[in-house]
Amino acid sequence: MATKLDFKGMACPMPIMKTAMAFKKAASGDVFEVVCDDPGFEPDITAWCNETGNVLEGINKEGKEITATIKKK
Amino acid sequence: MSDEMAINEKVQELEQRLAKVEAKGNGLTMVLMSGDFDKAMAAFIIANGALAMGKNVTIFVTFWGIDVIKKASFSTAGRGFLEKMVLWMRPKGWLKLPTSKMNFAGIGPKLFRYMMGKKNVEGLGSLMDMAMEFGLNIVACQMSMDVMGIKKEDLLDGIEVGGVAAFLSESYKSNTTLFI
Repeated sequence: MATKLDFKGMACPMPIMKTAMAFKKAASGDVFEVVCDDPGFEPDITAWCNETGNVLEGINKEGKEITATIKKK
Repeated sequence: MSDEMAINEKVQELEQRLAKVEAKGNGLTMVLMSGDFDKAMAAFIIANGALAMGKNVTIFVTFWGIDVIKKASFSTAGRGFLEKMVLWMRPKGWLKLPTSKMNFAGIGPKLFRYMMGKKNVEGLGSLMDMAMEFGLNIVACQMSMDVMGIKKEDLLDGIEVGGVAAFLSESYKSNTTLFI
């Protein structure tokens, strides 16, 4: 049910900007899996969820790829 | 009875004051005084980050910062001699900005844009467009514009003009103000 967003190859601030754009159009309760290979993505997306109130359900790391599962509040 | 009413009134007053304090969490203001490429990048990356978090962002652009928001070309007709000189000597728009160090007569910004492009970093023009789409407010300093002979038509679209009080009022409402 989760929508996958592939932001590999993007550099700051694009991953969180694009995540914010996707969430603007989303409905409450929608779940997204955001994939990025920028090492700064993990602290960035955690902070973004904190500030916006969206729920960070988990972070999975495979090699350089970081997948954040986020539910819209 | 009157004790209870007094307490209720006090609670209401405190709730109103608390609401004002909580409303302050949602703003970021910046002063962009620099006309350097690297400083403008920092300003717009931070602005975009805050906008992505749902904050209200206002950038107050003054002095050299006005170079960043000028149109790429505009006519200097109808202005005084000194004003024309200043306009001629200053870069017009984000594509022409020097870096604050290692400018090397204009090679610096080209070099950095190339290096940033290789790492997929978004360009300054694109960052500015995105920020405006996300609701960034840009206010240009009326006084700087007057002194340097810059008119509102010389600036990019969507930019307001204001003075120090306009900036300070936004700054007091927000809870973070940066000077770049």
